[in-house]
Amino acid sequence: MHTELSPLKRFLYLFGIFFRIGAFTIGGGYAMLPIIEKEFVSNKRWVSEEEMVDIIAIVQSLPGVIAFNTSMFIGFKIAGFAGAVIAALGMLLPSLIIISLFSLVYVSVQDNAYVQAAFMGIRAGVTALIGIAGFKLGRRVLVSALDAVIAAVSFAAVWYFSFSAAYTILIAAILGLLMYGIVKVRAYGID
Amino acid sequence: MVLINLLLTFAKIGILGFGGGYAMIPLIQYEIAQYGWLTSAEFADIVAVSQMTPGPVGVNAATFIGIRAAGLPGALAATIGLLLPSLFIVSIAAHMVQKFKENAILSAILSGIRPAAIGLIGSAVMFFATMSVFSGDIREGEFGISLQGLGIFLIVLVLNKRFKLHPIYCVILSAALGILLFVYLPLWI
Repeated sequence: MHTELSPLKRFLYLFGIFFRIGAFTIGGGYAMLPIIEKEFVSNKRWVSEEEMVDIIAIVQSLPGVIAFNTSMFIGFKIAGFAGAVIAALGMLLPSLIIISLFSLVYVSVQDNAYVQAAFMGIRAGVTALIGIAGFKLGRRVLVSALDAVIAAVSFAAVWYFSFSAAYTILIAAILGLLMYGIVKVRAYGID
Repeated sequence: MVLINLLLTFAKIGILGFGGGYAMIPLIQYEIAQYGWLTSAEFADIVAVSQMTPGPVGVNAATFIGIRAAGLPGALAATIGLLLPSLFIVSIAAHMVQKFKENAILSAILSGIRPAAIGLIGSAVMFFATMSVFSGDIREGEFGISLQGLGIFLIVLVLNKRFKLHPIYCVILSAALGILLFVYLPLWI
């Protein structure tokens, strides 16, 4: 339990963080990773590096919007089912406001040179942010040579060959089970 | 009736939508064609806008379609419909992971998927680098580098890594630098 904050304060904190994540996650689920890593792993230490990576992997294999799945998983971990609800509501609110305003004016922002340029800048900045967050998590999680190989193969499969992320996770899970089986067989000499 | 339709339709999309936002687009497209909630031009617009505004494309599309069909209550019905199945599925998954944390089988599965998740993060880095730090797609044999994009990348890298600048401020700064370097810089030189 996280006793340093009262339940109400913890809910408000969760809501505030996820509101900000909702407002600044531009370009999909991975773009929220740097903020989550900073707030929940580095600052509050409510989620460990290993748990963070587990959550990223697990939510890929569940149906639904991945960014929301991630926030609800973390919300649940910190404050149970109510935490998951708070996290989802906090993240939903900015989208709801922005899209409602957009539907009123319905301007063609796609052709706007400033919007295009800002978006290019954000993509370049987010490249660095996700790279740093991924490096921090990878340093903790990749402990053996086999881990490095699995990471490299998954990277190549998803990026270069556009292989499904959900299937990549599924195959890696089966591989993990197989390795466990091999270790067991060796330890007990079953054949 | 419209509200119930929106809620149930988006709940269906939420349950069947594996693989995140972009995998959901065909599902959403199919459903709005059934009900005539949006024209295909409007839908293409909302997908493009979703890429440039905060928030995941699935939720933004649900909000927009809901507003068009039934105003703000419609937006709430559609987004709640989309997220409600996930809320229960994710909560059950999170509960199971907590409950079976010490279980050897779950540990074995997690030891396999952890390094794979690092690979996925790597592919996300390349996704964002394409057309920002790189001027083309390396997979297509286009090896160019965008000097402005590389500059923003390096500035954010140093500010976040060395000076611990919060990611939110990094995003705001990146947007400002994007306008400065991509719009104004070509006018000055």
